[in-house]
Amino acid sequence: MKKVIMGNHALSYGAMLSRAQVIAAYPITPQTQVVELLSEMCADGTLNAKFIKVESEHSAMAACLGASLAGARTFTATSAQGLALMHEMLHWASGGRMPVVMGNINRAMAPGWSIWADQNDSLSERDTGWIQFYCASNQEVLDTVIQAFKVSEKLMIPSMIVLDAFALSHTYEVVEIPDQAKVDQFLPPFNPPWRLTPDDPHAFGGLTSPDHYMELRYKLQKDMEKVPALVEETGKEYEQLFGRYLGQVEEYLCADADLVFVTSGTAGYTARVAVDELREKGIKAGNLRIKLFRPFPFERVRAVLSRVPKVAVLDRNISYGHHGIFYQEVKSAMYGQPVSPLIFGFIAGLGGRDITRDSFKEIAEYTLSKNKAEEEIVWIGVKK
Amino acid sequence: MSKERKMTLTIPREELMSPGHLACQGCGASLAMRLALKGLGQRTIVCIPACCWAVIDGPFPHSSLDIPIYHCAFETAASSASGVRAGLDMVGDTETTVLAWAGDGGTFDIGLQALSGAAERNDDIIYTCYDNEAYMNTGIQRSSATPVGAWTTTTPVKHYKKERKKDIIGIMAAHGIPYIATASVAYPEDMVKKFKRAREIKGTRFIHVFAPCPAGWKSRPEDTIKLARLAVQTGYFPLYEIEDGEKWTLNLKVKERKPIAEYLKLQGRFRHLKEDEIAMIQQEVDARWAKILKNCGL
Ligand SMILES: Cc1ncc(C[n+]2csc(CCOP(=O)(O)OP(=O)(O)O)c2C)c(N)n1
Ligand code: SF4
Ligand SMILES: [Mg+2]
Repeated sequence: MKKVIMGNHALSYGAMLSRAQVIAAYPITPQTQVVELLSEMCADGTLNAKFIKVESEHSAMAACLGASLAGARTFTATSAQGLALMHEMLHWASGGRMPVVMGNINRAMAPGWSIWADQNDSLSERDTGWIQFYCASNQEVLDTVIQAFKVSEKLMIPSMIVLDAFALSHTYEVVEIPDQAKVDQFLPPFNPPWRLTPDDPHAFGGLTSPDHYMELRYKLQKDMEKVPALVEETGKEYEQLFGRYLGQVEEYLCADADLVFVTSGTAGYTARVAVDELREKGIKAGNLRIKLFRPFPFERVRAVLSRVPKVAVLDRNISYGHHGIFYQEVKSAMYGQPVSPLIFGFIAGLGGRDITRDSFKEIAEYTLSKNKAEEEIVWIGVKK
Repeated sequence: MSKERKMTLTIPREELMSPGHLACQGCGASLAMRLALKGLGQRTIVCIPACCWAVIDGPFPHSSLDIPIYHCAFETAASSASGVRAGLDMVGDTETTVLAWAGDGGTFDIGLQALSGAAERNDDIIYTCYDNEAYMNTGIQRSSATPVGAWTTTTPVKHYKKERKKDIIGIMAAHGIPYIATASVAYPEDMVKKFKRAREIKGTRFIHVFAPCPAGWKSRPEDTIKLARLAVQTGYFPLYEIEDGEKWTLNLKVKERKPIAEYLKLQGRFRHLKEDEIAMIQQEVDARWAKILKNCGL
């Protein structure tokens, strides 16, 4: 069935089709429609789930974790300030190996108050041990929720589905709503290897001495390292059932490119249009959209970027005092490779400023005309 | 027929807490858990935030309790318990009791928002605060449950605690939850009975347990029960229940209350108090006692 829905509702439909059993969430612009639709679904019985209307995001994540440890499939969604308030519990989720799936609408952090897109909220949570997927279309959002539950529950690691404020959260697109029976076939009920039950009492997360702690973290990292292969595997399985492949990255005309943009989120689709226009003018550009950000898809990124002479990384975020975060990550992935491209870093679109085709043309011009970036960070569209 | 009367044990023999836990000697909090579980039984899951009890049960991979424990974040006893309840319901276990077990810091201070949220939703959990009147886990800092006059490491003798203890029962009663009770480790029968009773009620239940702490109160471990009893007998910590936030019942009618000085003088944390200061504390205790009697219609 096809429906015209907003990105936020794609998250809700994803959670519904995944048969989330417990949802605990707190409203924040631009996420509100996610939870509004889910509460309607719970109220009218479309979704058989308990919706806990908590008093904060911190409690939302805490409640999700309790429910997850009790053996229920759990979902929540938030944005910016809400995500930051959850921070402590994000570590709890991964450290406690509780496979919650959460939607996060990328919104700029206050102050000043901004409800518009940038990635500093989710990227500030980079090191919390969550799998992070960045989406570029409503269809991808819905499909990724379902896939994320499968990956998360297999490895007992939580997942965050990230989408840009307004550019995706509030944009209506045609979305194929998968058949429930087929989703059930892809995603069996949650059956965790351990749970809270008086039938088999254990203490979870108690005092852990230096004798044990490091091994628990080693195991988390080892399981994180399994994510890329599992994303490929489940992506192919999903493709067989639904005809849409869900991978770690999306390559667009990279094979013969002289310049490849590295992008994430909706900017990745703008980049594709810019690539087409540049190619019409005889400039061989390409785009590599990073979808799986944590764990970082080293293999795929290296395979694509070792073939190209120049790379321009676009960041809708900044690590103050350093560079854009995707720029740092791409450089570190390419460091020490036998062949490595010249890599340039660009910051654009903070606080919801538009990233347009012209932004990419400016980036292409800069990158192609230089053999080295003249500034540590090249700012696009900033009033200096 | 002989009219022989049999003595019945009201406290179950079953022990759900084993020796070998990590509490200090004379710890009221550890005794509180032992008694609470006698009332609740094995089909209980407990959420324990950061507090002494996060340590008492033993380090990974050991546990001194025969029930599942979820060690949760400091401010999340209530929200974690709400989540566990919802999760259990969704996987088909509607029988198991979900217990949140937090210290006074985790209840009166950092966890109050989550507790208020759970109580407002009337989530089906039993929330217990074992009150040792300070942050003991981190080394005896004041909490909003620390009484007037007390020394702690953040209210040194020269600037001892000047603020009154927060009225947590008043706050919880204002939520109109179905059941609230105070309990004391010095009155085990009363305490076990209250936990048994709470188990049979649906919705948010709040039990405030008075739990002396020799390490933090600078009292003798062997005085723990004596102090807990004196707290009741002086009227400092009366034993009562509140149903639906309205119906108050005094469980132990103390005819002649002992002077608060008797209770204070056994604890190093009050050693610096002068007579006039003790008299002021006595006045406060009297006023609170009168208010509780009034609420109980006595
Ligand atoms: C967010 C957060 N802040 C601070 C701490 C440090 N901390 C751990 S236990 C504790 C005090 C606990 O006091 P209380 O709840 O009264 O329990 P008690 O230790 O007295 O049993 C503090 C401040 C923490 N674990 N988490
Ligand atoms: S510090 Fe106090 S509450 Fe904590 S274990 Fe020791 S006696 Fe018990
Ligand atoms: Mg305390």
